[in-house]
Amino acid sequence: MSKTSVQIAGVELKNPVMTASGTFGSGQEFSEYVNLNRLGAVVTKGVANVPWPGNPVPRVTETASGMLNAIGLQNPGIDVFCSRDIPFLRQYDTRIIVNVCGRSEQDYCEVVSRLAEEPVDLLEINVSCPNVKEGGIAFGQDPAALEHITKEIKKHARQPIILKLSPNVTDITVMAKAAEAGGADAISLINTLTGMKIDIYRRKFALANKTGGLSGPAIKPVALRMVWQAAHAVSLPVIGMGGIASAEDAVEFLMAGATAVSVGTANFHDPSATEKIVSGIEDFLDRQNIVDIHEIIGIL
Amino acid sequence: MKKKELGIVISHEQLTEDIFSLRLEAGNIAEEAVPGQFVMVYSRDSGKQLGRPISLCGIDKEKNQIRLVYRVTGPGTGTEEFSTLSEGERIFVLGPLGNGFPLEKARGKRLFAVGGGIGIPPLLETSKQFGEPVTAVLGYRGGALFLKEEFEPYGEVLIATEDGSAGIRGNVLDAIRNHAERPEMIFACGPMPMLRALASYAEEEKIPCYISLEERMACGIGACLGCVCETRETDPHTHVHNRRICKEGPVFLSTEVVL
Repeated sequence: MSKTSVQIAGVELKNPVMTASGTFGSGQEFSEYVNLNRLGAVVTKGVANVPWPGNPVPRVTETASGMLNAIGLQNPGIDVFCSRDIPFLRQYDTRIIVNVCGRSEQDYCEVVSRLAEEPVDLLEINVSCPNVKEGGIAFGQDPAALEHITKEIKKHARQPIILKLSPNVTDITVMAKAAEAGGADAISLINTLTGMKIDIYRRKFALANKTGGLSGPAIKPVALRMVWQAAHAVSLPVIGMGGIASAEDAVEFLMAGATAVSVGTANFHDPSATEKIVSGIEDFLDRQNIVDIHEIIGIL
Repeated sequence: MKKKELGIVISHEQLTEDIFSLRLEAGNIAEEAVPGQFVMVYSRDSGKQLGRPISLCGIDKEKNQIRLVYRVTGPGTGTEEFSTLSEGERIFVLGPLGNGFPLEKARGKRLFAVGGGIGIPPLLETSKQFGEPVTAVLGYRGGALFLKEEFEPYGEVLIATEDGSAGIRGNVLDAIRNHAERPEMIFACGPMPMLRALASYAEEEKIPCYISLEERMACGIGACLGCVCETRETDPHTHVHNRRICKEGPVFLSTEVVL
């Protein structure tokens, strides 16, 4: 069998397949459908310093080969998260990556500090959520703000940090470089693309939030292009995501320069998607006589 | 591990212009399902990524079959695609999902099963499995009274139509108020205005009323937090006031949710 393990900022993952934040909760609901031990890492839904109720409904709607969501980062806050979700994930032989969200710099730093003593492997900093008014994407569309917040979070973080980048920018390489300059240990991309849908019979927006984040196979070519650009712009490890629905999709991202990949909307199409993609990558490597997955990472 | 199951079409019939009745062989789902639960049904077009949540109208554990009675919501939709399925074809289904109606709480009580439009189907299996006489109150716009006759073996059937073409002219609440006997427990599914009216009637009359809600959802298993409804008490997941319709619901006590 081929070697599938990869390293992100010194943390070894048994394989490069992880979950995309927000599509997998903290793994509990999906654990009935997926053997979590098979995954390289579980990336949790974003957690803030206090509980967030999220946006009004409708929060999701289907679009051609994808969907829009505007959940608004509903989450139970760091206290419940640490007492319930982390112990749950510790039962499994998989890496734990906690996605951190906030409305202000202090919010992010508070959560990151709170996680310092927790048994989690990596932190993913969500500076790219398009669906909340404050924080989130405000930090992710301005390179100076991104560099600054990265530096500040880095002062408080015990674990390596991954900056999750927004595709809603003119030049992704500028943002990738800003994260690197701020001291990020890795970057992940892409978060969702801001979109809209209108119900013409009701003459209303399909989402209560009016706009939402577009995800799913529809965005894969855009995501792949941005991952390739970012991977060539910085020397940090890149975690690629955006519309990955099959092992073949995942391999494309690896070849474009991603060290690991996240599976998101595909989890809604098939709750077993992540595990199927792990098996599919193993089969691909075997069939292609690839001894080590690094033989294909970043070959383009 | 649970997984999506390939349901085999056993029969498929058109009940009205836009309502269809689909029987699927889906052994694992039939084995576990209880009335009031739902399944996600997936399009064969990969351009349609999300499952369509559809309630269980029938559960046949002996034949390993489930029955889905659903409305085609328009041209080019997933439900329109489902309506073209013929016997022997296969389609992916996930479930059973959600909680179902609390039959045990209704034992020995005068139960009214109240359905409006495409909210009627889940009440059929509920009435069947209750095993005691049920008063079914069915609201239609008019025209074809789909499923009406199938409720008749389980008790009295009251009909309300908006156009007055059958039963009383009006809505399900008019039919309930017109009736000689007062419900002691209500199970209901239907459009939001109907559920709101029923909930306020039940609160005034101090009748426990369980309502089945629907909302746009993505995962169907409680992870995406797409399909929440506002609740008076804090919820078990996020500890705010948002219960997940797919997980803690779709059936809620009317007094625990803010409609």
